[in-house]
Amino acid sequence: MELSGLELLLQSMPQLVKGFIQTLLIAFYSIILSTIGGILFGALQTIGLLWLNLLTRFYLELFRSIPILVWLFFVYFGLPLFFNVHLSSFTCAVLVLSLWGITEIGEVARGAFQSIARGQRDAGRSIGLSTIQLYQYILFPQALRRMIPPSINVYTRIIKTTSLTVLIGVTEVVKAGQQIIERTGEAVMIYGSLFVFYFLLCYPLSVLSRKLEKRMT
Amino acid sequence: MTHTAASKPILKLMNVGKSFHKQVVLKNIHLTVQRGEVTVILGPSGCGKSTLLRCLNGLELIDEGSIRFNELELTPKGRQWQAVRERIGMVFQSYHLFPHMKVIDNILLGPLKVQKRSKAEALAQAEELLERIGLLDKRDSYPRELSGGQQQRIAIVRALCMNPEVMLFDEVTAALDPEMVKEVLEVMLQLAREGMTMIIVTHEMGFARAVADRIVFMDKGSIIEQGNPKSFFSEPQTDRAKRFLQQFYEIETWKGRDVI
Ligand SMILES: Nc1ncnc2c1ncn2[C@@H]1O[C@H](COP(=O)(O)OP(=O)(O)OP(=O)(O)O)[C@@H](O)[C@H]1O
Ligand SMILES: [Mg+2]
Repeated sequence: MELSGLELLLQSMPQLVKGFIQTLLIAFYSIILSTIGGILFGALQTIGLLWLNLLTRFYLELFRSIPILVWLFFVYFGLPLFFNVHLSSFTCAVLVLSLWGITEIGEVARGAFQSIARGQRDAGRSIGLSTIQLYQYILFPQALRRMIPPSINVYTRIIKTTSLTVLIGVTEVVKAGQQIIERTGEAVMIYGSLFVFYFLLCYPLSVLSRKLEKRMT
Repeated sequence: MTHTAASKPILKLMNVGKSFHKQVVLKNIHLTVQRGEVTVILGPSGCGKSTLLRCLNGLELIDEGSIRFNELELTPKGRQWQAVRERIGMVFQSYHLFPHMKVIDNILLGPLKVQKRSKAEALAQAEELLERIGLLDKRDSYPRELSGGQQQRIAIVRALCMNPEVMLFDEVTAALDPEMVKEVLEVMLQLAREGMTMIIVTHEMGFARAVADRIVFMDKGSIIEQGNPKSFFSEPQTDRAKRFLQQFYEIETWKGRDVI
């Protein structure tokens, strides 16, 4: 007996859900690491030390000029080959997405730090704050508000980019969908559910980001 | 203010020079400030007054000469400026209060995080200082809720609560509406009476004359004249200072008021 589309979807649900969860986990870890790393990365760029500027610039250019996909391949296939370092495809995915996310959130953070009036630094320094204290008590709390809307946009891009990790064999949601399609030949329903999944995840975020941005100006 | 001539200077600048890119902004600055003395720096716009003040607490680093603060040589690179800044307070033209903190937290940040003083003791001092400038009821307000004059007086208290030995004031009334200038100047006059060592950059000539023990006149990055306020205002030695003062007298007379 032929399964109806709905029945097929119900039957494949457990496998799809596993894929969803995998996608969500990769995105979650990458977003956390990107945020922490990115804020630090942005701060380092605004301290004003030449060697730090050169170093961060170099790191930034690595991710600007080399596609994420190539990074994924490099880390997944290249590291074992050249350095005998073996990482699971999941770890590779989180690693690459985070390293890339750090540059993206880093740019957001740098812009936010630089948008704070110069006098705030002077005032903070003139009461004897160290550089770390200056960032901790004065600059970061003021930059944070300005960082939130553009950071949410970066998060949606990270979520969408998780779909690339299918190419290094992560069984995230796209891979799970493909497996089901291979088994059952039912493409429309499965691709449709992927479509809905990404949309439901990213659309509210992009609305939120726009709302917050509006409220701030 | 009178002081014994024999006392050791609190600040001594010798041959200080400073350039931004190739532009010379300060050159050959010799200046000695005694404890308790009020020094007012006058000079045309762009002559380096702000830069000179900023060099005293390391917001800018000098390229030449030396600055001695008590027994400390401030010149060497890598000097721990944090420790020096605790002892040299600074107030800016645009107040620069921290907008995300309440008034009281603005004032307590330095005492608690830099000086690691006890909360109770620092709080008591902060409240006493607020009381003295009549703003104790604003302790839980945010800076944006205050007028410019109130913000500037809070900024003065923020610096004072560190118990500095020297206070630097960089045109602290220049951004204020005229009716608020007085309330800020009064706080500064009171401080001067209490014996605080102060270095003040201002364009308020009447105030300069009233508060100063000594006037330092700068032009194009150099000190070209120093003296007590009485002789400086009545018989300036250099043509440049004469012309500078003349401008102020002219404006005063435009307003139809008496010359200071
Ligand atoms: N960070 C900087 N980088 C480059 N040039 C600077 C910098 N700060 C000041 N200058 C230059 O140094 C000169 C002196 O500036 P400074 O602010 O010390 O003058 P000022 O006497 O305080 O003037 P004003 O009365 O307008 O405040 C000016 O020509 C200014 O353009
Ligand atoms: Mg100035």
